[in-house]
Amino acid sequence: MSRRVRSVLFVGSALAVFFVYLWAARGLPRFGHYQGPYGDVINQVGVFERHATDLVTAVNFDYRGFDTLGEEFILFISVIGVTLLLRQQPEEAKDEQDNMAKNDESLGRDAPEPSDATKVMTLALVGPLVAFGIYIVTHGQLSPGGGFQGGVILATAPLLVYLAGDYKTFQRVASHTVVEIGEAIGACAYVAVGLAGMAGGGLFLQNVLPLGTTGNINSAGTIAVISAGVGLEVAGGFVLLMHSFLEQALSLRLRSKQ
Amino acid sequence: MSLLPFAIAAWLFIIGLYGVVTSKNFVHLIMCLVIVQSSTYVLLLAIGYKVGGVAPVFAGVKVGTPAVDPVVQALMLTDIVVEATVAALLLALAVQAQKRFRTLNPDKLQELRG
Repeated sequence: MSRRVRSVLFVGSALAVFFVYLWAARGLPRFGHYQGPYGDVINQVGVFERHATDLVTAVNFDYRGFDTLGEEFILFISVIGVTLLLRQQPEEAKDEQDNMAKNDESLGRDAPEPSDATKVMTLALVGPLVAFGIYIVTHGQLSPGGGFQGGVILATAPLLVYLAGDYKTFQRVASHTVVEIGEAIGACAYVAVGLAGMAGGGLFLQNVLPLGTTGNINSAGTIAVISAGVGLEVAGGFVLLMHSFLEQALSLRLRSKQ
Repeated sequence: MSLLPFAIAAWLFIIGLYGVVTSKNFVHLIMCLVIVQSSTYVLLLAIGYKVGGVAPVFAGVKVGTPAVDPVVQALMLTDIVVEATVAALLLALAVQAQKRFRTLNPDKLQELRG
C-alpha cells in the first residue's frame, strides 16, 4: 500500500472514529459530575478500613491487589523479553563487524568524556535521589507515591552514575547479579504476602498485618509491605533494562571500532 | 464545554495514530504509540473528576470531603507502567531491526522482505 493510499484511508477513518466517539461521549455522565459508586464508596470507607490516607495506593495494593500482582508480572516478563531480545547472538560476532561501521556513522565516534560540570552535578544528585526514592516507596500509604513511582526514581540513580562515569562504574554500582536477585525478591515478596493471607485461613492478599495508627509510617498493614516489594521489583527491573540497552550500545560501538 | 476533555482524549488518540501511520522511523513510531496510550489517561481522569473534589489523599483532610475517584487513578497508574514496559520491549525490537536490516524505516523493512 502506497503512503498516499494509506494517508487517505487514515484521514477518512480517523474522522469517522472522532465523530462517532464524540457522539458516544455525549452519553457519558457530564464532565465533573462523577456518578460511579465505587470511587465514592472507597473515599468513604478506605481510611477506616485500611488506615491508609492515600487511597490510590490502597486501591492498587489492597482493594485491587490481585490485578496489580498481574501488572507487576507484566513488568517482570517484559524485562525478561528485552533481555532475551538484546542478548548476544552467535552469528553477530563475525558478520556485523565489516559493515556496521560504514552503515551507521555515529557508531564510529568515541563517546565524549563527561564534562566536570556533569560529573559534579550527577554525583551530587545521587544521594538525594536515593533518599527521595526510598521516601516515596515507604510513604505510599500516606501521601502520593508508592512502589511503582519510587522504584522508577530509585532506578535513575545508577543511570546518573553512568552519566558521570562509564559503564564499568555503572556495573560496579548496580551489578547485574545483585540487581537480578533484588528484582526476584521484590516479585516474590508480593506473592508471599498474598499467601500469608491464605496461611491465616483468610483469602489471597487479605490484609493480615496489624493496621497501626492512621498517618504513621507503619500503618496500613500489608499495603506498606507490598509497596516496598514492588519498589524493589520496579527499581531492579528498570536497572536490568538499562543493563541490556547499554550493553547493546557498547558492543555495537566496540565492534564498529575494530 | 463538558465534551472538551473527551474531545482532547480523542484528539490525542488520533494524532498519535496519525504519527504511527505516517512514521518513517521505528523510534518515532514507538513515541507516537506512547501518545496514543496517553489519551487513555486523559479519558480515565476525565471520567473520575468531580467539580470541587480534592485528590483522594486524606492526609490532613477530613474524611467525607468530596474527592475525585481513586479507582480510575489507580487504573491510570497501571496504564503508565504497562506503557513503559511496552515501550521498552518495542525499543528492543527496534534495536534488532537496525541490527538485522540496517534500517529503522518501516517501509524499507517491507522492501527488504519482499
